[in-house]
Amino acid sequence: MVECVEALTVVLAVGSVRGWRSALIGCAAAIAVLLLIIATVGTALTHIPLSIIQLVVGTLLLLFGLRWLRKAILRSAGLIPIHDEQVAFAKKAEAMRHLGSSHAAWDKIAFAAAFNITMLEGTEVVFIVIAIGAGHTGMLLPASLGAVAALLVIVALGLVLHRPLARIPENTIKFTVGVLLSSFGTFWVGEGMNLAWPGADWSVLALIGAYLTLALTMIPLCRNQSQIITSSLRNPE
Amino acid sequence: MKWILKILREIFGIFVDDGSFALAVLVWLAVVYWTTPHLSLPPAVTVIIFFSGLALILAESALRYSRRRQPRR
Repeated sequence: MVECVEALTVVLAVGSVRGWRSALIGCAAAIAVLLLIIATVGTALTHIPLSIIQLVVGTLLLLFGLRWLRKAILRSAGLIPIHDEQVAFAKKAEAMRHLGSSHAAWDKIAFAAAFNITMLEGTEVVFIVIAIGAGHTGMLLPASLGAVAALLVIVALGLVLHRPLARIPENTIKFTVGVLLSSFGTFWVGEGMNLAWPGADWSVLALIGAYLTLALTMIPLCRNQSQIITSSLRNPE
Repeated sequence: MKWILKILREIFGIFVDDGSFALAVLVWLAVVYWTTPHLSLPPAVTVIIFFSGLALILAESALRYSRRRQPRR
């Protein structure tokens, strides 16, 4: 959902400055390419042994999830700025204005800008869908439907509000997703390595609890660490 | 060719933004993958060691970053 929000912000900025036709066509073209990737890769994965998929996709999911969780911890500790959709919208709209106005029916810049951001943010969504879908048989369709549902909710909100969705608690969502992806990634890599998880699939719940506890503990520790360094720089004695 | 490199760079960036953090995770996975079959540890102990390594890598990376940065709020 957060990826859809970030893409929506840019598409709204592009559409409102340069016109909606090319921006929406660019967005739709990127969604079509992404759906094609899901269908192709999803079908190809059915021919590979599950343990190899779990090891490879689990490793990628773990790298992706831990990266998100690390950034969410640092954002919550105030060490990385929280993404501001209003600022992102204003910056993108300004950049589009600087490129000059287009009166042609077909605006290449609007198409390219909308296509690029939808592909960029959509690739992360596609990866999550494929990774979740690859871990167990029959999971690809529910994972795809979840992503489509998130997209429809964000598009509907965008159509109704016609402005960036600044009130969506992005970091809280990213924090939660980071915990979930890290937990599933750890579990699948373990399965791929033939580690015996106590309680089988129920171990995922224990992993979610453990990663959540770790992340919540890390936030004040990171904040304190940074403040100690800052005060020691101000008072070298 | 440039656009292919750009796409590859974007895909790489999905998984890696701190190279040493990603490398540490991969090394730990390799260590667990190659050593656990040779150790006769109980399954519960093996998975706890596996998770603890990942937790330590995450904690160390976040703390290392926070030592280099000042608070923004």
